[in-house]
Amino acid sequence: MRIELVKRPQHSALFCALSPFLALGLTLVAGAIMFSLLGKNPFHALYYYFIDPLTGIWDPGNRWQLHELAIKAAPLILIAVGLSVCYMSNNWNIGAEGQFIAGAVVGSIIPVLLPGFQSWIVLPLMLLLGMAGGAAYGAIPAFFKVRFNTNEILTSLMLVYVAQLFNDWLVRGIWRNPEGMSFPGTIRFSEYAILPQIWPDSGRAHWGFVFALVAAVAVWFMMSKTLKGFEVKVLGQSPRAGRFAGFSQARMVFFAFLLSGALAGLAGICEVAGPIEHLNEKISIGYGFTAIIVAFLGRLNPLGIVAAGLILALTYLGGESAQIAIGVSDKAVRAFQGMLLFFVLACDTLIHYRVRIIRAPAVKTGEAAQNA
Amino acid sequence: MSADGNGPNLLEVRGLTKIFGSLKACDNVDLTVGKGEIHALLGENGAGKSTLVKMLFGSLEPYSGEICWNGAPVRIGSPSAAKKLGIGMVFQHFSLFEALSAAENIALSLDDQTPISTIAAKAQALSYSYGLPLDPYSVVGDLSVGERQRIEIIRCLLQKPELIILDEPTSVLTPQEADKLFETLERLRSEGKSILYISHRLEEVKRMCDGATVMRHGKVVGHTDPRKETAASLARMMVGSEVHAVVRDAVEGMDKAEPLLEIRNLNRKPATPFSTPLKHISLNVRAGEVIGIAGVAGNGQGEFFEAVSGEVTQQDAGTIRIRGKDCGRLGITGRRLLGAAFVPEERLGHGAAPRMKLSENLFLSRYATDRKAFLAPGGIIKEGAIDSATQRIIEEMDVRKSGRDPEAAALSGGNLQKFIVGRELDRRPTVMVVNQPTWGVDAGAAAKIRQSLIELARSGSAVLVISQDLDELFEISDAIAVMHNGSLSNPLLRAEATFEKIGLLMGGAEPGHADHTVEVV
Repeated sequence: MRIELVKRPQHSALFCALSPFLALGLTLVAGAIMFSLLGKNPFHALYYYFIDPLTGIWDPGNRWQLHELAIKAAPLILIAVGLSVCYMSNNWNIGAEGQFIAGAVVGSIIPVLLPGFQSWIVLPLMLLLGMAGGAAYGAIPAFFKVRFNTNEILTSLMLVYVAQLFNDWLVRGIWRNPEGMSFPGTIRFSEYAILPQIWPDSGRAHWGFVFALVAAVAVWFMMSKTLKGFEVKVLGQSPRAGRFAGFSQARMVFFAFLLSGALAGLAGICEVAGPIEHLNEKISIGYGFTAIIVAFLGRLNPLGIVAAGLILALTYLGGESAQIAIGVSDKAVRAFQGMLLFFVLACDTLIHYRVRIIRAPAVKTGEAAQNA
Repeated sequence: MSADGNGPNLLEVRGLTKIFGSLKACDNVDLTVGKGEIHALLGENGAGKSTLVKMLFGSLEPYSGEICWNGAPVRIGSPSAAKKLGIGMVFQHFSLFEALSAAENIALSLDDQTPISTIAAKAQALSYSYGLPLDPYSVVGDLSVGERQRIEIIRCLLQKPELIILDEPTSVLTPQEADKLFETLERLRSEGKSILYISHRLEEVKRMCDGATVMRHGKVVGHTDPRKETAASLARMMVGSEVHAVVRDAVEGMDKAEPLLEIRNLNRKPATPFSTPLKHISLNVRAGEVIGIAGVAGNGQGEFFEAVSGEVTQQDAGTIRIRGKDCGRLGITGRRLLGAAFVPEERLGHGAAPRMKLSENLFLSRYATDRKAFLAPGGIIKEGAIDSATQRIIEEMDVRKSGRDPEAAALSGGNLQKFIVGRELDRRPTVMVVNQPTWGVDAGAAAKIRQSLIELARSGSAVLVISQDLDELFEISDAIAVMHNGSLSNPLLRAEATFEKIGLLMGGAEPGHADHTVEVV
């Protein structure tokens, strides 16, 4: 018996829709196995991961949990939406984490260096600066790829560590709050530099979540209805056909990196101006990397990414509640996220291939013959 | 059939079947090759010849049926098993490393640890004894396609096969090189070797082969002696119906028409170590005429197409002129906007994006020229307009497909090519440049494409056709130029051109000295 992968003549619409759910199901099974190996009751663990953080849906007293979900989902969706354009155009931007930090740092210039500048225009300027910072940081690997043909996976990834260490140096060094008891971090932003909350009465979800939804719809429209989206898809799938169409590969590299950099930068400044309210050394809990999983789980479709962003945000919250309730290490979250990406990519194979199990030897006659 | 009475036949295939999904690529195929026989396997593209041969060579496993070798049933599980039995194969697409020498390439395919110098000496001796001279230390990247084929043949002969399978061997050769190959094959036959010769060129099959098996749609439609058939009767067996001949009216006063496409002293440095530089190419294509460019594959046709289409632009704007306007610095979109249309050689991945629908592939080459029809303000795509244009082209070119708007990769080669040519014809382009218009296309579709190119020219457009198929060029061109090693000869008028003259130019004879016999290197 052997297993063969047979290429389908056309991609399967059924598995295109089914694959993320299949992957989620397999992740739950594999997660349950992982927890039982850790000596925990797998049903308890999965309950705390995926159900407990959602009790706010039916319990008004816990509605703050849904706000926390939106806070975690907002940067994931914003970044993943930009990454989807990158990946569709065959540009492997792995450095969204660095672009996120660059956006947070550049966006913080006004509230940190000009704390006396207090006006309604401060916040819009910060958001714009954040996008510009993320885009500029994304332009570095794009430039290297176009000019020197470097591998953007390596350059964008390495730039993440540069951004992290630069930010670390800033908040411990020249930008440190002199009244901060030597804790790393800048001064607290003024009220004009704080991103408002959507419904302050029930929780602290901020406008970043709205930005994420707007970005998802806008990019979805661009990708599915406009010439630009067509260009992205053609150059991503078939670069030579794209050149035949008259599209420029070099311009597409910049477009994809600038767009995803800008959205990651926006996510960065929203995180700093929203829930954190100042810049410190741990502004990201790996949003830039988790967003890669979000992008693929959402099938690189911006609307799918909204759903996938909420699911991955749930694993963050679930990780916290499971840690408190049954004492699972918070590293388990990372294992969960890794398994999810693994299963998503594996299940995507079924879109273009189908599995065939061959039981009997194919040749009915002539088996006894010599193989000389 | 043949070689009866001399013990068992070398190869007998009975009821061989291979199924891919719902397609029976080979359906109950019988084939017999006697000792010392050159046996032709005839059929159009997609008839199942390659599938059959892959099963004989062990790269595909049959679903059912029996293969007998010297009278005994065998199971050929892998190419190395086939080699051990004594089956050798020369593929249509070569598998050689361009950066290595001929001898190193041969050494790679042998399992043992023989030193390179021994292999080189053996290969050289063998090559001279069969009239296929070869320098074993030459680097493959520097060799012509004909010479590369020699390496493949020598590599195959070194393993002392009893049966040699040749897949479309002359499709990459000049007529003179093909003649040399035929001599070699006859020599092998006289030594008692058997040859399975795959081709769709009927004349050479009639000339050389002792027996023929004709396939159509995966089934054997007949075993015949090709010497007793005419080319027309063989074609009828292959295609299953009469193929309409292409009609081409001579036109008067062509030389007075204005040139719509002008190429002046086009040079291009090689982009990679293995691509061909273009040297001083000049050519005019006038309104109403079809100019053909002949040449063995890999002599700069691809580079030339990229330069003319604008996928690669030129320094000097005057190098390429379309409708009297300098456009050397314009990209492909700018040239399309001047009225030019292009069809590249490779259908999947160049002319069309494989995983995109036909309607998207229509939009691919026409979003700029048909901006008004296909795009609303803000760059929003008008799917309705594109869909109706797609259906119009499908109907006009008789594109057969499943579903209303399938992905390009789901179409057969011929049908996709009809769509890609139709996509450009639908614009009524003033200048049309086509590279290998009917490569791998079945006879019916090829006739349709050729006729539509002639009609486009007769309606007042300039048509430039690059092709390796000399029959095709003689069928549709008003004049034929030859590309060799990056240079282009002067065009010969159709009335003056002969296979021999063109063949000599393809082999590298100096233009103007076409009557001088040149040893083909």
